[in-house]
Amino acid sequence: MDQTIVEIKKMNYKFGSTLALSDISLEIKKGDFLAIIGQNGSGKTTLLKLILGLYESEKSQISLFGENLTEFNSWNKIGYVPQKAIHFENNFPATVEEVVEMGLLSGKKNPKIITKEDRVKIANALKEVDMLKYKNRRIGNLSGGQQQRVLIAKALVSHPEILFLDEPTTGVDTETQCKFYELLKNLNSKGITIVLISHDIGRITKYVTKIASLNQRLEFYGSHEEFCAWDKKHSHAKSHTHNLCPNL
Amino acid sequence: MIFEALQYGFMQKALLTGLVTGISCSLLGVFLILRKHALIGDGISHISFGGVAAGILFGIMPFVGALVFSIIGALVINNLREKGKLHGDASIGIVSHSALGLGIFIASIAGGFNVDILSYLFGSILAIASEEVILSSILALVVILFIVVFYHDLFYMTFDEESAKVSGISVSKLNIAMVILTAITVVSSMRVVGLMLASAFIILPASSALQLKMGFKKTLIYSGLISAFSVTLGLILSYNYNWAPSGTIILINTLVFISTYFISRINSPE
Repeated sequence: MDQTIVEIKKMNYKFGSTLALSDISLEIKKGDFLAIIGQNGSGKTTLLKLILGLYESEKSQISLFGENLTEFNSWNKIGYVPQKAIHFENNFPATVEEVVEMGLLSGKKNPKIITKEDRVKIANALKEVDMLKYKNRRIGNLSGGQQQRVLIAKALVSHPEILFLDEPTTGVDTETQCKFYELLKNLNSKGITIVLISHDIGRITKYVTKIASLNQRLEFYGSHEEFCAWDKKHSHAKSHTHNLCPNL
Repeated sequence: MIFEALQYGFMQKALLTGLVTGISCSLLGVFLILRKHALIGDGISHISFGGVAAGILFGIMPFVGALVFSIIGALVINNLREKGKLHGDASIGIVSHSALGLGIFIASIAGGFNVDILSYLFGSILAIASEEVILSSILALVVILFIVVFYHDLFYMTFDEESAKVSGISVSKLNIAMVILTAITVVSSMRVVGLMLASAFIILPASSALQLKMGFKKTLIYSGLISAFSVTLGLILSYNYNWAPSGTIILINTLVFISTYFISRINSPE
């Protein structure tokens, strides 16, 4: 049986008195390439932040790798790439190597030492995303697509089992987006579970294995094919579906 | 010139205290500027003034009064910022000006401003007492040690607080530690450059180093070197020309900043 990596049971979440998520239940299995889709304000990022413990809720409803979120501390199993737009300023004084180094801190005790083995891991992660030659450049001097690759390398360097990406291609040109999704497909084929948040995932239909459609509630959760069939019956008010199911 | 000056005990004490406190301020400054908390040093300086005045009034060491006031004030600022939902730097303004008002009130009760208070406001590194050398140096060394030990966590938190949390770093505890460290650095530099200029001691060397557009570790190292250079040259010049050491040190820091600013613009005009 496939290992369940993330399990959410009947979760609700409110911002003050405003309901953001209602009755969410879903399981993410090892090897999944899941796209969480929905309009702006549908609760996608809120769901992700709840899974990652960035928002506090009734955490007993979420478990990671079979452990309750409140007890979970194997954060090195998790890679996270936040929205680039809110990530850092372009003049931030950090080299590519220093940025990827941060991905190795989870699990180390202070004072955290970067060993020679760690340097090899950093080089390998940068090689995997084809950015090794830029390791001494300041991250702000790279293009948007290159910066995203560096952030992926940072998320990959600790060999995570699951990678969460929050709207990773915002502000990135079309060609770079396609290359980026090829990279994700390649990582998924190596066994890394991928959870991608997007409000427009038209270009990644051929890569994802599962889709979760969110609108405060989980409207749909299943394979891409099942989603297209489901969408035929519920075609009203689904502006994103022409991208996901081009034959409809 | 420096060797001649260093024959005197007061200059040895001044250089030692100036270097240690200058380096601690400049290292912390890099983190504070990048986290957009640069002016918290200024706010804590005002709070410390209240502590100095209270110390003088109640007959305890002003240094201790400033330390207690500034740490409590820094924690209140942090709490208001995180839980009080105040806009921008309003929490700094509210707490620091309240403490400053208290300081002025206490000073007036104590019989008006006197030489003691002015020496804390504008620094008096050449007249620093041995116990203040020891206290300032210990406090500054604690800050430097903390930054060395928690370097990677602080760097990650500065780069991206959210991702740092996901990697298991206790960001809220580090935030508290940062404001306490800022309070300590302000108080430790109080006798070197004075409360009026303590914030500049934090901001200027770090800003100069940031103009050089290097990686993070190198930026920290250069920030420390710039501060050490400014303190040393400032003390030598003030000794030789009988200038005020605090003002001289800060003006040298300003000149270094102007130089690095233009060097940076020449190297990358856009």
